[in-house]
Amino acid sequence: MRFLSDTCVIFNRSMRLSLRNAVWLVIGISQPLLYLALFGPLLKRIVGLHGFPSGNSWQVFTPGLLVQLGIFGALFVGFGLIGELRAGVIERMRVTPASRMALLAGRVLRDVVVLLVQSTILLLAAFAFGLRAPIGGVILAVVLVAAVGAAFAAGSYAVALRTRTEEGMASVTNSLAVPLLLLSGILLPMSLAPGWLRLISNINPVKHIVDALRALFLGHVASGTVGIGVLVGAGLIAAGMAFGTRTFQRESE
Amino acid sequence: MIEASGLSKTYRTRAGVVEAVRGVDIEVHAGEIVAFLGPNGAGKTTTQRMLTTLLTPTAGTATVAGHDLRKDPLQVRRRIGYVPQGGSTAPEATVGEELIDHGRLYGLSKAQSEGRGRRLVSQLDLEGTWGRQTRTLSGGQRRRLDIALGLINEPPLLFMDEPSAGLDPQSRANLWRHIRALREDRAVTVFLTTHYLEEADALCDRIVVIDRGVIVARGTPEELKRAVSGDAVSLRLRDLDDVEAASPVLEAMPHTSLTRSDGDVLDFSLPDASLALPELFAALEQAGVGLAGIEVHRPTLDDVFLSLTGRALRDAPVSTAA
Repeated sequence: MRFLSDTCVIFNRSMRLSLRNAVWLVIGISQPLLYLALFGPLLKRIVGLHGFPSGNSWQVFTPGLLVQLGIFGALFVGFGLIGELRAGVIERMRVTPASRMALLAGRVLRDVVVLLVQSTILLLAAFAFGLRAPIGGVILAVVLVAAVGAAFAAGSYAVALRTRTEEGMASVTNSLAVPLLLLSGILLPMSLAPGWLRLISNINPVKHIVDALRALFLGHVASGTVGIGVLVGAGLIAAGMAFGTRTFQRESE
Repeated sequence: MIEASGLSKTYRTRAGVVEAVRGVDIEVHAGEIVAFLGPNGAGKTTTQRMLTTLLTPTAGTATVAGHDLRKDPLQVRRRIGYVPQGGSTAPEATVGEELIDHGRLYGLSKAQSEGRGRRLVSQLDLEGTWGRQTRTLSGGQRRRLDIALGLINEPPLLFMDEPSAGLDPQSRANLWRHIRALREDRAVTVFLTTHYLEEADALCDRIVVIDRGVIVARGTPEELKRAVSGDAVSLRLRDLDDVEAASPVLEAMPHTSLTRSDGDVLDFSLPDASLALPELFAALEQAGVGLAGIEVHRPTLDDVFLSLTGRALRDAPVSTAA
C-alpha cells in the first residue's frame, strides 16, 4: 500500500530529525514533571474541600497533566512544520507522487509516539510521588490521550499550512489554548467551579476528556463520563483528521 | 515535453481579484533548455507551480511530460523533477538521508534510492558530503543537492525556479556547467525561471519573456536581440562633408534607420550588422566617403527587455509573492 509505505518514510524521517533535536523532547517532558513536583503538593491540601472529586489528589491531578501534555503539546507541533515550509521541504515532497495524506499521517504518528513516551515517563514519576490507580484504567486513559493528541496535532499542522508564518500560527494557537485550558479543569477540577462557569466549561471538549480520564484513573471504566469522553474524543479525531487531510490535499499558494 | 495553452491563474485576495497569469502558451521540446524570463511578480513562479501540479490552473490546459496536467497529475509528478526557489532541504538532515527519503517517496527501494543518490552526489561534485548535515554545505553545494533531489526519480523533465539566485558569480558559472551537463549526460529537458538576463543568455536555447502575467516575446537569445532592437552602429567620418555624403547612402540601405547625427558621428541601427556592414562599406567607398572609425554594439537581453516592456528588468517592482 502506497499510503502505508509513504507514511513510514515520513514517520522515520520526522522521528530521526526530532531525536537529533532532543532539546525539544526534554523540554516537552520536563514541563509536566515540574507541574507534578511543584504544583501537585499544593493540591494535597485542598482534597478535603467541598466539591473536590473523590480519590487521592494524584488521581485527580495526573489525568489533568496527561491531557495538558497530550493536547497542549500537540497544539504546537505545527511550528515545526513552518520551519519545514520555509526550508522548502514540504514543497519538494508535494511534487512527488507521495500520498498527501501520508505527508500528514507520518508526522502525526511521530507526535503520537513521542507523546506515548512522554506519558510513560510522566506516569512513572507520578507513581513515585504517590499515585495509585488501576492499571487497566491508566492504559485506556493513555490511549484516549494519544488519540486526542493525534487530532490536535493534525489540526495544528493544518493551521501551520494555512497561516504559513510563526506569528499567524501563534495568534491562532494562543487564542485557542488559553480558553481551552482555563475551561478544561486540568489544574483544578471543574467540580469546584460555580454553576455558571461549570455550564460554560461543558462546551469545551477538552473538559470532557479530562473528566473521562479522571474516571478511568478511579477505575470507573464503564461509566457515562468515560462514554462521553470517548465520543468527544472520536469527534475530535474525525474533525482534526478531516481538517488536516483537506488542508494537505489542497493546493499550496 | 511541455505544451500549455491558455494557462491562467486568478487569486481572490482581500484587496480584490489578482490575475497573476493571464492566458500563457508555452511549448518546450525534448532536449531543450528553456528560460522563463521576467521580473519578480511577473507570473513566472505561478506558471511553473501550475506546470508542476502545485497549483490548479483557473483556466487553460497543459500536457507535461506526456500527461494531462488536470486529468493525471500523479503521472506528471512521476515524470518531472522540481528544484524550488530558496532550497528544499532540512538543515539538520544529512545529504544521504534527504536523497534516500526523497527517492522512497517515488516508490524506490532503499537500496535503489541510495544507489541513485550516490551517483548523483558524485556527478554533481558533492563527493564527501553524503554524511554531512545540509546546513554545513556551502550555498553552491546546497543548490546542487537540490538538483540531485530533483533528479532522484530520473525525470525526463526538470523544472528549476531561479536556480542561481543568491549564488556568487563563481558558483553560478559552476552551476550553469552542471545544468548544461544534465542535458548532455542525462538527456534532461530543463525549464527554468530566471530574472537574470545573463543566465538566460548563457544557458538557454530559447527564452520566453513574461511580464505582468502575459508572454511578451519568445525566441532564441539571438532572435530576440535581433528582432527587437537590431544592432547599433556608430560611424565616425573624416569630416562634415563626409557626413553629408554618407547620409543618403545609409538611407538607401534596406532596414537601416538613422538614429542620431552628432558632429562627425552617425548612429544608426540595422538588423544584423555582421551581414550588412561589408555591403555598406562598399557603398560608402563608391560614394567617396572617408571613414575614421566604426563601433558596433550588439544588443543585450537588457535592451530587449527594456524595449519590450518600457522598463529595465532590475527596476521592475520587487514583490515577495513572486
